[in-house]
Amino acid sequence: MAAYNRYVVGAFLAACAIFLVVGSLQSALFAQLTVSGLANGGIYASLGVALVLIYRATQVINFAQGAIATFTTYVAWQLMTWGLSYWPAFFLTLGIAFVGGTLVELITIRPVERRGNVLTVVIATLGLLILVEGSVGWIWGAEIRFMPSAFPAHSEHIGGVAFSLQDLGTIGISVASVIVLWALFQFTKIGLAMRAAAFRPEAARLVGVRVSWMLSLGWGLAAVLGAVAGMMAAASPSVLLQPNMMDGVLIYAFAAAVLGGLESPAGAVVAGLLIGAMLNLLGSYVSWVTPQLLLPAAFVLMLIVLLVKPSGLFGRTQVRRV
Amino acid sequence: MKVRGLIISAAAITIALIPFVLSDYHRSQGADVAVYAMAILGLNVVTGYTGQISIGHGAFMALGGYTTAILTHNHGWNDIATLPIALLVGFAAGVVVGVPALRFHGAYLALLTFAFALAVPQIAKNYSHFTGGTEGLALPTHTGLWLYGVGWACVAVIYVLTWLLLRGRTGRAFRAARDSEVAAASSGVSLAVYKTFAFGVSAAFAAVAGSIYVLVNNFVNPDVFGLTLSLYILIGAVVAGLGSLWGILVGAAFVQLLPIGLTSSHVISAEGVPVLFGAIVILVMALVPLGSAEVLRMAIGLPNRIRSSHDSSTPHSLEAR
Repeated sequence: MAAYNRYVVGAFLAACAIFLVVGSLQSALFAQLTVSGLANGGIYASLGVALVLIYRATQVINFAQGAIATFTTYVAWQLMTWGLSYWPAFFLTLGIAFVGGTLVELITIRPVERRGNVLTVVIATLGLLILVEGSVGWIWGAEIRFMPSAFPAHSEHIGGVAFSLQDLGTIGISVASVIVLWALFQFTKIGLAMRAAAFRPEAARLVGVRVSWMLSLGWGLAAVLGAVAGMMAAASPSVLLQPNMMDGVLIYAFAAAVLGGLESPAGAVVAGLLIGAMLNLLGSYVSWVTPQLLLPAAFVLMLIVLLVKPSGLFGRTQVRRV
Repeated sequence: MKVRGLIISAAAITIALIPFVLSDYHRSQGADVAVYAMAILGLNVVTGYTGQISIGHGAFMALGGYTTAILTHNHGWNDIATLPIALLVGFAAGVVVGVPALRFHGAYLALLTFAFALAVPQIAKNYSHFTGGTEGLALPTHTGLWLYGVGWACVAVIYVLTWLLLRGRTGRAFRAARDSEVAAASSGVSLAVYKTFAFGVSAAFAAVAGSIYVLVNNFVNPDVFGLTLSLYILIGAVVAGLGSLWGILVGAAFVQLLPIGLTSSHVISAEGVPVLFGAIVILVMALVPLGSAEVLRMAIGLPNRIRSSHDSSTPHSLEAR
């Protein structure tokens, strides 16, 4: 059964890839839409991986992930307004996000976790969403700000297709940040300890891993990925820098995480890119699919995945009785 | 039981007398408290009694609100007459959402209802010839006294309905489904029927709340039913205490009146309210996961009905998966 599933998923992904490649070769417009869709997808993927990181470790869906990303994006905007150039501000923001994410876990989540269970923690993350989004409005106000971009605004023409450098840069940064994270988990001692703490907390504790510290670190790393997603999203034409800017993006990131199997970072990346590209094409080629319907479409996708194949594309199948 | 009856009658008398000492503006704020009371009561039926979380109750309020708005604005209905229709529409929508919700537990259900809350306003925006789009629809205006009277009359009806529903066989089945699905199913409680029914009832109450909400605002557009509304209902339910019918008034008053009180007395600015609310939710979850109901019960020494023989500090309704 497992092998059969793997073939079906492989065939599905191959079909999607062939569809995108062939379409792009056929039409320049299709190619442009695919690339800008993949750029959105990169944003969904990084936020989706952030959700997966926390879900995998504690079975908690962090509803505040988008709000934290918004907060860090405002921090980056503030640093740039104070005169820092883009890349110093970018990396300084990542550092602040890491420390901030770790502290948020320590201060708000851990006390709840100690007494409660998964759902009290989920409600606490909803409280955190209100708190953090409210703080953004409180500190920076509700008006729309302009977020600078790291990449030039013009397009590069390759074979008759105009590729926006902004889109290509977004894809590059999102994918690179996920790869750096993967390397951290795969090749460092701390990454190994974090994986151990997520999968077998008791066993990890026995061999001397400070499990609760690992969870805080996980929140820090998730906040870093969220900051990348937020800064990329705010510089993209489709999202404006305002306090609720990540509400919609969070739904697409949820859809990516769910389609990827909720426990699989690689799944979230693939699913995020796929959702970004497909929704962009759907919204452009199908006339009755207006921009307003894309978010409901993500909801329907999520519902269908959970009803038909709750383990997603890359997840492990779990058996639950009753 | 005597204490409970006394508290309920005292609350009812207070609510009936309050409008006569208030200005008309404050009466319509009182009607908004009724709106939250109904929505929180609805959320309580599904989350507190059958253990299914919903973050999407703002979406059911939107359905009720639009039912009232479209019937009065486009078809010239009397607005009171739209309330039973909103109730039915809400019930039907709740059943439709409740059926797939049977398959999901805990965090997954939270995720889907969260997305539902964000998706429904987008759909209302899209079909603007029907809903007025972002420009919205105007509704007939009413005096604060009318709104207060109708709002709290609806609360009374819904409250009695809930009490009748929960005291007998159905309530036992709901609680059984919440406390142990295995035990409930093996005692012959049909989980599918009762959980779907609870979702329908819950959504129906929220829909009526939505109808009164648009009547108080005498206006409706998709932004009225944003994520904030769903979250505020949840805050109210959390503060009230899940599974408690009489903490609801505390929760509703908290969500509606505390921000007004704090901002008008310049304790904090309007922007600061969400910060405070978010902090309160986290604190409640960390200290008293059962909400004000737990505090009140401890204070006056009522038996804690939701906590069973287990020594766990959280209700079974909050158990995931």
